[in-house]
Amino acid sequence: MTKTNRKIQEIIGNLRLIWKEPLLFISILAIFYFLLTFVAFPIFQVFKTSMIISKQLDFSNYLAIFSKRYYFQPFLNSMILGICTATIGTTIGFIFAYALTRTTLSFKNFFRLTATFPIISPPFVVALAAILLFGRAGSLTPILTTIIGKYSIYGLGGLILVETIAYSPTAFLVLYGILQAIDPALEEASMDLGASRAKVFSTITLPLSTPGIASAWLLVFIQSMADFGNPMVISGNFRVLSVQAFLQITGMYDLSRGSTLAIFLLLPTLTAFFLQKYWVSRKSYVTVTGKPTGATIKRLEWYIKAPVYTCCVLFTGIVFLFYGMLVYGSFQTLWGVDATLTLKNYVEMFQVGKDYLIDSLTLSTLATPITGLLGMFLAFLIVRKKFIGRGLMEFVSMLTFAVPGTVVGIGYILAFNQKSILFPSVLTGTAWIIITLLIFRNMPVGVRSGIAALQQIDPSIEEASTDLGADSNTTFRRITLPMIAPAFFSGLAYSFVKAMTAISAVIFVVSGKWNLITVAVLGFVDNAAYAQAAAMSLLLILIVMVALGIIQLVVNRIGKGMRAIDIVG
Amino acid sequence: MKQDYLVLENLVKIFGSGKDTIVAVNDVNLKVKEGELFTLLGPSGCGKTTALRMIAGFEIPTSGKVFIDGKEVSMTPPNQRPTTMVFQNYALFPHMTVFENISYGLKIHRESAQNIRKKTDKIIHLVGLEGLSERSPAHLSGGQQQRVSLARSLVMEPKVLLLDEPLSNLDAKLRVSTRLEIRRLQQRLGITSVYVTHDQEEAMTLSDRVVIMNAGKIQQIGTPQEIYAHPVNYFVADFIGKANFLEGRVVSLVSKNKAELDISGRKFKVFTLKDSFSEGEKVFLLIRPESVELEPKKSNTLFGIVRQIIYLGSRMVYEIEIAKSPLTVEITNPQEHKIFSKGEEVTVTFKEKSLHIIPYEEIKK
Repeated sequence: MTKTNRKIQEIIGNLRLIWKEPLLFISILAIFYFLLTFVAFPIFQVFKTSMIISKQLDFSNYLAIFSKRYYFQPFLNSMILGICTATIGTTIGFIFAYALTRTTLSFKNFFRLTATFPIISPPFVVALAAILLFGRAGSLTPILTTIIGKYSIYGLGGLILVETIAYSPTAFLVLYGILQAIDPALEEASMDLGASRAKVFSTITLPLSTPGIASAWLLVFIQSMADFGNPMVISGNFRVLSVQAFLQITGMYDLSRGSTLAIFLLLPTLTAFFLQKYWVSRKSYVTVTGKPTGATIKRLEWYIKAPVYTCCVLFTGIVFLFYGMLVYGSFQTLWGVDATLTLKNYVEMFQVGKDYLIDSLTLSTLATPITGLLGMFLAFLIVRKKFIGRGLMEFVSMLTFAVPGTVVGIGYILAFNQKSILFPSVLTGTAWIIITLLIFRNMPVGVRSGIAALQQIDPSIEEASTDLGADSNTTFRRITLPMIAPAFFSGLAYSFVKAMTAISAVIFVVSGKWNLITVAVLGFVDNAAYAQAAAMSLLLILIVMVALGIIQLVVNRIGKGMRAIDIVG
Repeated sequence: MKQDYLVLENLVKIFGSGKDTIVAVNDVNLKVKEGELFTLLGPSGCGKTTALRMIAGFEIPTSGKVFIDGKEVSMTPPNQRPTTMVFQNYALFPHMTVFENISYGLKIHRESAQNIRKKTDKIIHLVGLEGLSERSPAHLSGGQQQRVSLARSLVMEPKVLLLDEPLSNLDAKLRVSTRLEIRRLQQRLGITSVYVTHDQEEAMTLSDRVVIMNAGKIQQIGTPQEIYAHPVNYFVADFIGKANFLEGRVVSLVSKNKAELDISGRKFKVFTLKDSFSEGEKVFLLIRPESVELEPKKSNTLFGIVRQIIYLGSRMVYEIEIAKSPLTVEITNPQEHKIFSKGEEVTVTFKEKSLHIIPYEEIKK
């Protein structure tokens, strides 16, 4: 039998098996259709539009990247910003992770919570706080001016500051996992063989965590490049791609130029994503299993402790300062003019923002469970089922992770403001365009945690279910889903937080009928109504925290299923 | 009793492609009788588990067919096959109680609540898990988990029960008692079973018949006694039990199934099942360590030098050097025999009925 013959026979065999499970077959087809329509098609539309100038196919937009200032400057600026933020953010993240895994630092839980807090807040609130602190009428502006002279928070410096605060937590989480997974016995062995603390660090700890560092760097780089909220608030004359693309489309109605800017934004983030996924992760020495290894020697010399602890305290202090400022600012009568404390901002915020708030809650609540279930089902198909196009399915479902929100948002208005072969109805202006965008944008994290959880679970448990007569869908519902419940709920929590705090993509698809709270906050900022913006941001953070609390409660209630993971893990 | 209840016909499974191609199962033909416990035995990677998974339906054969009770099931998905499997790590559903685990399949098949209760309770009693039905699998011992797994498969009354190294996660003592229990249950229920293991002792004690596999191919099929006493080739002889191989040559064929051999100058008459050996052919003489007797050296006999002695209580193992090749000898009940010491010369005699000839092959060590 020849090789191709065999291959074909195997494919036919697989097809026949799938055919015997029509429900599975239909599910796979449906998911492919959704991924094609709501992930690939919009991105394709952005590419297509960027190549069309006055109804002609034309590549001159691309050729103009280095010659046209309105392309080159934002591209350069975004790259500089991304590189700086990634480098500083990763450094802080590493120091934090090191302090929490390798030292005897007190109040570790407190530090960990503070260090990750910016993750659950909307991306632009840090910028808002920066304006309250260091802006033209900032609380600390007079002091800072006497120290460093005249300065402006608007621009590259301010952006690096706020993005570092916003995205260091990402680096921290990656590196915390990596450092925790490095067996302390290796470091002990090195020390036992005569290495000094510094040598242990430079010959063992650092080399083993290098892939993690690279990974963290690339992830922060992607986030910084893709950031829209912070630059929108604080970039001033420092033009970055995401904001410029937005302004071109909503201000100038120049779809072609806006799309081109979006593509220039997409290319570096995609490159970073592929580097991270296919190159860095393959170099990894440690597998992050989520199971912490044993204790290590934590007696450290003062010259290591002092700078590490200082950095931790300083960063935590800054986080507190920023969010504290938000609280303080939200109670001021008129920012920069009248500092009398008042509740009127909250009243005003409610009057103006009530509808936005209800819309945000409604749409997020609708999108979240679908995102969670779909993510887990995709993970199940990808890890456990054999079918043609499985690799493609994984690739496409991960793709949105690397695609900046701006690109997705532009793609959605291009793809769904008219009927197409893929989707026979206009979605623009409806709630559905926001819901689908939220679903497909936030799904990759669920898919990823689902895949990670499934890989921990012996496939024979699901095989046992099939063996006893259950089909794939029943097995997924009754066996797989309960076992990966922790991943499912963390996926739910993540997608709710992201849905409530989303801005970069959704700002393109909101309408008079359906609007979102984050867009309202940006509106306040635009009108220099900083106190109301602060009040609304705080409310948003509060809602997110309550939601997280509820999900945590649910998780504790079904604790039986959670513990079950222990025996299979 | 049906003679070919489970049939594997020219079964082939190839994994991977190009350089990474692995032929896991290579043209396997088997017929398992109804009610029989049939064991697939071989070293790890020999294809036994892949074969089992093709019977269960978890792997699609690259070519070949699987029949159960006269019906072809090669392309039937696992959930529609009349087989159930006991997994190596039990694969218990961690989020369900013992009762829920065992009744899972019945629920899937939409049996009435009354029936589910009745059947599940009966099987729980049968495997001795009374009082544990509301426990979570995490709170069971290894042996109990194993019985839940067995009960979960048995309650479905499958046409063929598949067991994939079900005892490998138990400690040595429990393994011995559990395998007797499995055998008792299997015979009592008369359930056709295919059992996969790499443990030859397990295979010998449990099975009605055993198939020895190596590198995806069947080496020999037979009862445990047949395989131990009359292995067909070097692999089987070496894999099952301990064996000495002496190189020799066929001098003459005395009768239809008896040959005379020359082993370094000495002549032996040996029974052989195969009459395909020709005069002058190079062969291996297979001698099991327990079929050798040692005496103080006499002249004009086959003799060797004791190189090493291992005392094992019930047995004494001697390593003898004979004509420059090693020979392992096991003397049972050593107290009743003369004990030889290292360096001593001894006369070696073979119990002729236990000698066996197999074809010669180059041995890669």
